[in-house]
Amino acid sequence: MSVTVTIPTILRPVTGGEKTVHGVGSTLAGLLADLDGRHPGLSGRLLDAEGALHRFVNVYVNDEDVRFTGQLDTPVGDGDTVTILPAVAGG
Amino acid sequence: MSLPPLVEPTAELSIDEVRRYSRHLIIPDVRVEGQRRLKAARVLCVGAGGLGSPALMYLAAAGVGTLGIVEFDTVDESNLQRQIIHGQSDIGRPKAESAAASIREINPHVEVVLHPVALDRENVREIFAQYDLIVDGTDNFATRYLVNDAAVLLGKPYVWGSIYRFDGQASVFWAEHGPCYRCLYPEPPPPGMVPSCAEGGVLGVLCASIGSIQVTEAIKLLTGIGEPLVGSLMVYDALEMSYRKIRVRKDPACDLCGPDATQTDLLADYDDFCGALSAEAADATATATITAVELREWRDAGKDFLLIDVREPAEYDIVRIPGSQLVPKGDIVSGAALAGLPQDRQLVLHCKSGVRSAEALAALHAAGFRDAVHVHGGVLAWVRDVDPSLPTY
Repeated sequence: MSVTVTIPTILRPVTGGEKTVHGVGSTLAGLLADLDGRHPGLSGRLLDAEGALHRFVNVYVNDEDVRFTGQLDTPVGDGDTVTILPAVAGG
Repeated sequence: MSLPPLVEPTAELSIDEVRRYSRHLIIPDVRVEGQRRLKAARVLCVGAGGLGSPALMYLAAAGVGTLGIVEFDTVDESNLQRQIIHGQSDIGRPKAESAAASIREINPHVEVVLHPVALDRENVREIFAQYDLIVDGTDNFATRYLVNDAAVLLGKPYVWGSIYRFDGQASVFWAEHGPCYRCLYPEPPPPGMVPSCAEGGVLGVLCASIGSIQVTEAIKLLTGIGEPLVGSLMVYDALEMSYRKIRVRKDPACDLCGPDATQTDLLADYDDFCGALSAEAADATATATITAVELREWRDAGKDFLLIDVREPAEYDIVRIPGSQLVPKGDIVSGAALAGLPQDRQLVLHCKSGVRSAEALAALHAAGFRDAVHVHGGVLAWVRDVDPSLPTY
């Protein structure tokens, strides 16, 4: 068992085109570190220079925006689903 | 959460209109009263492009009495794959005029008001004040933040939609009843990080999928039917054919609509807020930019240089400057491609329009390739100024 992470179109170059990846960790920070080991550059697209989540990318753990549940300290566990949703402006 | 109707049923229906709208009138939730609300309604659509096309056409057909259109662009052939309010014979015509003609053909009972201007901080309040509801069909972050901020400051509901390739998002932002766009995305991404549809492409019919959600929400708000997308984000994936509804909270720390809001007016400069170019790229290009004509002159003079196309492979297949080598911007910015670049040759970068190559140029300068330059206006400038026989996209 692991955490399932949905990768948005604009970040798929980092995952070799994969739309869904799996990782482990007890918090979102741990999960991202785990994923970054196999998909180098993923954390860099989500975190700023201080290591906090960018304000133009939203991350949801089971449909809850982590900005309101402890940011990178948000707990994750087996069976959880993480969705990454960057701002896009096309119209 | 249901909300009361936004518009009072002040307009009367003519006999012709009763016939025209009969399929609405017999819906118990709409009835004559709901249709009269639609007729009395004033809706502004910002942009008559991908999202604006289906939105305006269905709003017109539905019988919204007054439709405003903010649009300053002209119809281009590359618009017609998705902007179905315009046709072949409209190429070169102002989009606002073309859209108005289509609307009149769909429903002559609609009053169309054209605002053939670029929306800015000086005109946005006066334009928005004339309408009950704003539908967003714009294609860039700067205008979206401007629209959001003006909608919040004027207390207008803002029906938002956004598209990229096969993905779409839609929501209703209305600070009086829920979150605003800044609650969802407090800041825009830095320039160059998120490609536009012109750079990354969009499936034409995706505009209809998202535009029709926007019209559905507009009609629900105007007539007070159902549960609007206030506080929810609809996320559509065309490849999986899935819709997901994600909760959007009102951010208590929102600079614009939170209890301790610090922003009480429009920003001074939205292009600056969204960064037309990053500061690094602006610095890099200040002294290291050549024109497409200069590139041809360098080539004709036999100057030794390596021309690097920093676009994506799919774009390279459409059109390329002869002799160029493809190295996508991402590989330059990440550093992955640097080892393969010659240190001892002049490098010339180009992309489609000059934004991505500016970002790549900044990365190359930082990595020690001090002589590198980029081509202002990219391959589009090359086609325009040097070789008009090549296609554009």
